[in-house]
Amino acid sequence: MVLLVNGVKHEVTVDPDVELLTVLRDYIGLTGSKYGCGEGACGACTVLINGKPTRSCITPVNSVAGKEVTTIEGLEINGKLHAVQEAFLTTDGFQCSYCASGMILSAVALLKNNPSPSEDAIVKAMDGNICRCGTYPYIVKAIQLASKS
Amino acid sequence: MKNPDYLSHPFEPTKDELPPELKYHFALDRRKFLKLTGGGLVVAFVVQDMFSFAGETSSTGSSPDPVSGVGAWIRIGEDGKVTVYTGKVEVGQNIRTSLSQIVAEELMVPVSSVTMIMGDTDLVPYDAGTFGSRTTPQMGTQLRKAAATAREALVEMAAKNWNTPATGLKAENGMILNDAANKKIGYGELTKGQQLLMPISDKVRVIAAKDWKVAGKTVPKIDERTFITGKHVYVSDMKLPGMLYGKVLRAPSYGAKLLEADITKASHIPGVIVVKDGDFIGVAAPDIKTAGKALQAIDAKWDESKGQPSRENIFDWFVKNASGAGGGRNPGNTKGDTERGLSEAEFKHSKTYNIHYIAHVPLEPRAAVAEWTDGKLTVWTGTQRPFGVQEELAAVFKLNKEKVRVLMPDTGSGYGGKHSGEAAIEAARLAQEAKKPVKIVWSREEEFTWAYFRPGGVIEVSAGVNKDGAITAWKFINYNSGGAGLDTQYKVSNQQIAHIPSNTPLRQGSYRGLAATANVFARESHMTDLARLIKMDQLAFRLKNLEDDRFIAVLQTAAKAFGWNGSKTPGHGYGIAGGFEKGGYVGCCAEVMINSDKEVKVVRITQAFDCGAIVNPHHLENQAMGSIIQGLGGALFEAVDFANGKILNSGLSAYRVPRFSDIPKIEIVLIDRKDMPSAGAGEACIVGIAPAIRNAIVDATGIPLNNLPMLPNGVLG
Ligand code: FES
Ligand code: FES
Repeated sequence: MVLLVNGVKHEVTVDPDVELLTVLRDYIGLTGSKYGCGEGACGACTVLINGKPTRSCITPVNSVAGKEVTTIEGLEINGKLHAVQEAFLTTDGFQCSYCASGMILSAVALLKNNPSPSEDAIVKAMDGNICRCGTYPYIVKAIQLASKS
Repeated sequence: MKNPDYLSHPFEPTKDELPPELKYHFALDRRKFLKLTGGGLVVAFVVQDMFSFAGETSSTGSSPDPVSGVGAWIRIGEDGKVTVYTGKVEVGQNIRTSLSQIVAEELMVPVSSVTMIMGDTDLVPYDAGTFGSRTTPQMGTQLRKAAATAREALVEMAAKNWNTPATGLKAENGMILNDAANKKIGYGELTKGQQLLMPISDKVRVIAAKDWKVAGKTVPKIDERTFITGKHVYVSDMKLPGMLYGKVLRAPSYGAKLLEADITKASHIPGVIVVKDGDFIGVAAPDIKTAGKALQAIDAKWDESKGQPSRENIFDWFVKNASGAGGGRNPGNTKGDTERGLSEAEFKHSKTYNIHYIAHVPLEPRAAVAEWTDGKLTVWTGTQRPFGVQEELAAVFKLNKEKVRVLMPDTGSGYGGKHSGEAAIEAARLAQEAKKPVKIVWSREEEFTWAYFRPGGVIEVSAGVNKDGAITAWKFINYNSGGAGLDTQYKVSNQQIAHIPSNTPLRQGSYRGLAATANVFARESHMTDLARLIKMDQLAFRLKNLEDDRFIAVLQTAAKAFGWNGSKTPGHGYGIAGGFEKGGYVGCCAEVMINSDKEVKVVRITQAFDCGAIVNPHHLENQAMGSIIQGLGGALFEAVDFANGKILNSGLSAYRVPRFSDIPKIEIVLIDRKDMPSAGAGEACIVGIAPAIRNAIVDATGIPLNNLPMLPNGVLG
């Protein structure tokens, strides 16, 4: 099966029902997307499929064949961070940062749809992402900062 | 293989209980240390006389007091770069950054030239673990002195070099300057070709907090870029050449005994290794799917143990199974005649507070990668106690500790929940058989079921109070949930305070603030009830009964920022609570709103925090924020549901943790006490939130909630 991840084609030999998260991490070596629950309840594994935030832990790999997958590793281009990453860097709000890639990709998707979201809109869009370290207020701040840039 | 005794570390040691085995590590540490001194370094080390004994096998060195027993060393390379070796580990509390700041401050170098080597048992001196908020007060203090000692040594060396008195010289930006002679020399140049071992001097002059230039300021998280680009390699992300993926067969319930297991089918799957060793059955395969299939192919029969308590009857169970008076590590204390104090009081108030078990839920579950080479075991694992895990592995595999290396890359959080080495042992056992590296990453369900919990408990409180606010008696009996935060800071004339251990059906252990979350909840709830009984303001009643200035100051600061005396919207309530934990003082105010459907909403929280001199204001605020938000979960809805030895809510869809939409407006006021030593920040801030919310609810409705969590369904009654 051929996967298009961050603009690069990857040929993988794997059962069609294996979760995308496993394929990204174990087969392609992109470990920026994390496992947190395996049931779509925490957002740590969030990637973009054709721009839409998707929980890769419950997405069978064959369902994304021919679609564009973006992971955290694909946001930085030629050493230049994505504006949302820049905002998170400036805000310096993470603790263990295990939730970071899921948060950032969810934020990228949100801002694409709604470039200047209200605080309520941010909370609503991000509510599926858990930060167990409790850095939520800083994440909201980072998204607000990114929306200004 | 027998399952190791997972309960060997049920509670955080208190201040007086630093592991006594420290001195056994000296010989080992000395060897590690000597390995480092490969030319051109100045090294300052921390424990007095640590290297002064003649034979390497000696273990009778001067016995250091617990504080100076914390070891770390600093090396200054020929390139002038500073490397710090410490057994403390980074689980998101940003100590990699704050400890670097402390060293940079004393050595007068930029933070960027400091590298921290953390939690690698082959390279760093022994350390009991990263818990109990001790990193900043103890390791921070030691590193500060070590760095200052190194700085003074560098000045001395330059003085010798230039043949001039040291008094006219100063350190600045990685160099020693002689302004009068207009000369300067870099640290690297000074230390070239030198081999210096220096005991840290307790008399060394450290820079006063008020003069800090690097410490005390907000410095961004070190390596933050690697985290936000997904490049940081957590243990669960690791992949070694030839590595297999492991899984472990779990019992269907606690206490179940393995009767028989047929592993033939599983072992015939190509590439699969099955290990059956005593109660342990595990598999390893070239990919995780195959490992899963192999596990399913195992036909195991279990004898399940019946009659285990469930969430419904756990509180009766705790009390019925309580054993021994005043047991545990904090036995509590008694003074005066509590019964008389109660009978003579103008008002009496008795309540029982029930505390449910809760889970840590570190977002990265337990993970380990193990590899055996030439009889030596190397394990990478996310643990708050690398040396503790090293000891567990040495015991299980009957190895000399020197044959076990544990490394701890910065990990996806712990909150006191990662003191043990289960995944490390499992991966090591499988790797031993497979003769290849094996990785184990626990599923969320495994983390919920086979890790350990914050203890549940029952707290019975009876108090007597007079109209004028004097507390005549204070009886406080805690069953099972632990001794941390047990004592009251309020003036009472007669008291009986005790923690009585019970027989816990669930594996329990350390947590952020540990039992203080429960004890402070009960105490501060009861204090507000007493105030209401005598119709005194909650804050005024507390202030009347406090003597500690810092405690008074956090309550007053929080109340002022909150607007305690301001007018309330109908249907809203205000609550206050205070706590003293791990050297930090916290005062917390909460406002809640109750609508006509009896739904409770936490509107805002204002918290004042004093943990001495602040090392990194932004990261300190962040730690306080994290504690408040984690505390919100335990206050309102987090609870482990269980019956018959099974966890019934072992997933994140069933066990609710705080999310974006749960977060009220939070204001944190940091009190920077430059005249006070810095205390740890990761724990104290969790204790005030639950009672403050509870007290706000009783203020609004008159309904006292006495269980944690208070509102599992979000509604009153
Ligand atoms: S791991 Fe996919 S949502 Fe939690
Ligand atoms: S920073 Fe640790 S989970 Fe978000």
